[in-house]
Amino acid sequence: MTSLAARRHDRRAPLVLLLLALALLGASYAALSPSRADAAPTAASGSDVEAGAKLFTANCATCHGRNATGTEGIAPSLVGVGAAAVDFQVGTGRMPMAMSGPQAPVKPVQFNQEQIAQLAAYVASLGPGPSVPTADQVDPAGGDAANGMAVFRTNCAMCHNAVGAGGALSQGKYAPNLWETSPTHIYEAMLTGPQAMPVFNDATLTSQEKRDVIAFLDLQGGTSPGGLDLGSLGPVSEGLWAWVVGLGLAIGAAVWIGAKSS
Amino acid sequence: MSTVEKYDENPATPARFTDPGVPEHHPRRGDLDPRQNKKSERIVLGLFALSTLGTLGFLVAYFALPVGGSPEGIARSNLALGLGLAFALLGIGTAAIHWSKALMNNHERVEQRHVMASPPAVREAAVANLTDGVKDSSISRRGLLKSALVGSVALFPLTIAVPLIGEVGENWNVGALKHTMWRKGLKLTVDPSGRAIKASELEIGSVVHVIPEGLEETPHPLDEKAKAVVLLLRLDPADIKSEQGEGWSYEGILAFSKICTHVGCPVALAEQNTHHLLCPCHQSTFDIADGARVIFGPAKRPLPQLPITVDDEGYLVAQADFAEPIGSSFWERLR
Amino acid sequence: MSTSMTGKVAAGTADWLDSRTGIGYAVKGLARKIFPEHWSFMLGEIALYSFITLLVTGVFLTMFFVPSMNEVEYTGPWTALSGSQMSEAYASTLRLSFEVRGGLLMRQIHHWAALVFMAAIVTHMMRVFFTGAFRKPREVNWIIGFVLLTLGLAAGFSGYSLPDDVLSGNGLRIAEGITRAVPILGSYAAFFIFGGEFPGQDLIPRLFTVHILLVPGLILALVGLHLAFVFLHKHTQFPGSGRSNENVVGYPFFPIYVAKAGGFFFIVFGILALMGATMQINPIWNYGAYDPSPVSAGAQPDWYMLFLEGALRLMPGQAEVVFGDFTVPFNVIVPGMILPLLLLGPLAAYPFVESWVTGDRREHHLLDRPRNAPFRTAFGVSLLTAFVVLILAGSNDLLATHFRLSLNDITWTLRFAVFILPAVAFSVTKRVCLALQRKDRELVLHGHETGRIVRFASGEYVEVHRPLDEHERWLRVQHEPRRPLVIAPAADARGVRRPGYRADRMRQRVSELFFEDRVEPVTPAEYAAAQDHAHPALQAAHDEPAAIAAGARPEV
Repeated sequence: MTSLAARRHDRRAPLVLLLLALALLGASYAALSPSRADAAPTAASGSDVEAGAKLFTANCATCHGRNATGTEGIAPSLVGVGAAAVDFQVGTGRMPMAMSGPQAPVKPVQFNQEQIAQLAAYVASLGPGPSVPTADQVDPAGGDAANGMAVFRTNCAMCHNAVGAGGALSQGKYAPNLWETSPTHIYEAMLTGPQAMPVFNDATLTSQEKRDVIAFLDLQGGTSPGGLDLGSLGPVSEGLWAWVVGLGLAIGAAVWIGAKSS
Repeated sequence: MSTVEKYDENPATPARFTDPGVPEHHPRRGDLDPRQNKKSERIVLGLFALSTLGTLGFLVAYFALPVGGSPEGIARSNLALGLGLAFALLGIGTAAIHWSKALMNNHERVEQRHVMASPPAVREAAVANLTDGVKDSSISRRGLLKSALVGSVALFPLTIAVPLIGEVGENWNVGALKHTMWRKGLKLTVDPSGRAIKASELEIGSVVHVIPEGLEETPHPLDEKAKAVVLLLRLDPADIKSEQGEGWSYEGILAFSKICTHVGCPVALAEQNTHHLLCPCHQSTFDIADGARVIFGPAKRPLPQLPITVDDEGYLVAQADFAEPIGSSFWERLR
Repeated sequence: MSTSMTGKVAAGTADWLDSRTGIGYAVKGLARKIFPEHWSFMLGEIALYSFITLLVTGVFLTMFFVPSMNEVEYTGPWTALSGSQMSEAYASTLRLSFEVRGGLLMRQIHHWAALVFMAAIVTHMMRVFFTGAFRKPREVNWIIGFVLLTLGLAAGFSGYSLPDDVLSGNGLRIAEGITRAVPILGSYAAFFIFGGEFPGQDLIPRLFTVHILLVPGLILALVGLHLAFVFLHKHTQFPGSGRSNENVVGYPFFPIYVAKAGGFFFIVFGILALMGATMQINPIWNYGAYDPSPVSAGAQPDWYMLFLEGALRLMPGQAEVVFGDFTVPFNVIVPGMILPLLLLGPLAAYPFVESWVTGDRREHHLLDRPRNAPFRTAFGVSLLTAFVVLILAGSNDLLATHFRLSLNDITWTLRFAVFILPAVAFSVTKRVCLALQRKDRELVLHGHETGRIVRFASGEYVEVHRPLDEHERWLRVQHEPRRPLVIAPAADARGVRRPGYRADRMRQRVSELFFEDRVEPVTPAEYAAAQDHAHPALQAAHDEPAAIAAGARPEV
């Protein structure tokens, strides 16, 4: 009998078998699962706009219409929304939406950067609209965080919370947490006003002011001066922790003090 | 051993059970074993030592860690000082408790309670003393004297109360609550920068927070701002169902008071796709396309609309002040 | 007499003091005063020690805080606020947090202590309520405690409004809105409080005086009185062997409780220090200096005000009424003023209601096990449920984001829940109490189930029960049965109706509501009857292990 065979009655054997089975199952799934539904022929037609149009027809036209003019009650027209809107919506995974509705939650991104650029080029070709910002425009180092806070608290904090931790809107909608959002996407969201968010075009919120907001947000979500930030959610979470930790520990100590010693 | 007691079914059976008395005292391990006792003492000493270490740690952190810099630096100082303080305190507390539990005499004792009320003899003597005092004061059958005493004592607090109440309310000009600084021709400017706004700058879906031109130059800017803040939105004119006044908007651009008609929070959440305004304090919801009608929440009245138009340069200006007092309701608001 | 140095000094000091104050009497009376032991008696201490922590850290804060609304420009290290305009109150709070060593720690300990102070008061109040410790002679102390609860609310609200930040400032705006809602006098009352229009220049300095002088002074005085009564009345005790209404069984004040209470103070302060060191609270630098325009999502007051906040959120708006030119906003008055009275009033008045219903004029020093007072326990749970529903309503936007629900759905659900759930809670709690009392009866009559099954020769199976020892049994039978009031008949022997019958009858009806559903404790007669009905062979079976050990063979 080989040493391996001798081990077959080891009490850890079932665990090892289970792990092997899971690994095999996972590998098979990864290998055999259908890949993302992009029907893009690899650069067959050459131009970005044409490639984008093909992607659009395959993935977006069912809701937004074959000519991107929108479907009443389902999806708005994309004529004039600009490359910035596409880069934001598709780049954060919001689009394609699983189901039409007022809230488009962030999902795993379905396209790679090249495909997103192609879609953006196509939509931009439909009508003039805001374009993707330059790297300099979204660089936090070029923004004044103090002015950013002043702008943010007047225009953004009421939905996104004072430090961008997110907040509730009506009927199940919400403004998401901004700590993991890239500066480019933040800029584009301000510029294009996605879903429930208002439009902050460059006349109402200048490009410099947008960069200031990005600089302010860049400072958030890191080390808090007072210790654990408890989600930065305000007095409700603080009250919960006061009861759980504060009163909990104090009552625990009281029980210890009152207990008979052995 | 059986602890089942047998009660006979006879008239001598008591109506209720009797108290078995304080249970027997069980000595602690430390009372019987001197080594255990010594161990407890060492634990108490150790806890006091922990406290001293905490205090020392606090002092080291105080002198070694600077503040006034980055959030990380402040967090480090706060944590180090706080942990030092916590251990300094917890060390003493746990040492005292363990001492009391493990080393101090833990025999239960019994003390008798006494009825709270004073005994009748004392009560009688008290009453007698009071009666004697009343007789000595010669207040009886002097009704006028009693009334004069009560009257003057009741009145004198007015000397404190009247100036206190009278002066504390400043000028008592409650009529000021009914008006804001908005008037005909005053430009709408961006909050907080004060930049004037052209109608052409706004596209459908734009939302701008607005203060009146010249706010900072008023004697009490925050008091004025607390009444005059306005929310400016641009809707597609086709979506607008109703307005509060004829011609109060300009090409789909609407202006509403930002102060909630419930209890006064800024109604700042503007949902572009549903054109609803949501107040974050108590979730009053207003429909902008329908004259800011309340569609949910504890507010009753719509947000007052500010009538606007453009001047010859294209800047947005007010046509007049609001048609009604802004903000929360009060008794005389419609007078 | 000790002959050591410390001994001599102590004796000398004692002589000096006693010759001038007669303090010997007090020391004699108090030093060995007996206090009973139970962890739930320490909840009030948590409140007391949090209060002392508040005083100590508060003094530190007053050394740096500037209670002024004058505008200054920020020149400190926090980048996001560089160059901003802010009140001196806000600026001094920032300086205290960022530029004073230990300043942020003291601020955070202070605020955590305030939250724990209120939590401890509520928990302590619940313990006193559910054990009936408010009964004669302690009604006065209950009222004092209730006033302390209200003063605590005032202290907290005035305290967190002092930094003049956007979050607390919006809370003050709401307070102004509620004040304005008062009929006839509302706008004048608002002018009185704020010294003119909102926000004005006077509010922060006034709140400062309220917060550091008026309210703490009142609290200190009332706490002193509260504790004096505890010493005077002696502490209540849980029922048990040897414990009666006429005695106290426990340990002496000196040294046991000096050590335990003193030690607990350090532990509570230490826990608060730990929290201040590791958990951030009220980061006002994130909210910004107060301005009437901005507001942050998640705009709530501290937890002890959430029940008011929730009430304001749940109230439908249609309730505002206009009489001619005059407006009465019931949508604000009901949740802001009437509801707190409805919830807190019965709580304050309860001792008097219960003593009226029971007609009980005796002193009570023995606590009730909550199950033995089903109506009272159910009433308390029902009130608590109402508060919890309102607190959840006050946090509805956070519930919406965290549980991915609709804000509007949550509000609608809670609008109904605030009426339905307390009623359900009352019913369920009362049933649970009665069931627990029945279980106690079962236990006394039949003993603990041992899990040992005995099979007899006849084929019968019986489970052996181990009877309760006398101490276990005493705990479950010592309480007196509470029965509805018995009143004198409506008419005397000749048929003449007596005056005052109506009032008595109403009182009897209420006492029936309290006590008609009841489970009475086991009496010795019932116990004897249960023993007789016990399986005859079971006695032998119970004795069997001992018999076998003694060498007898098991019965077949």
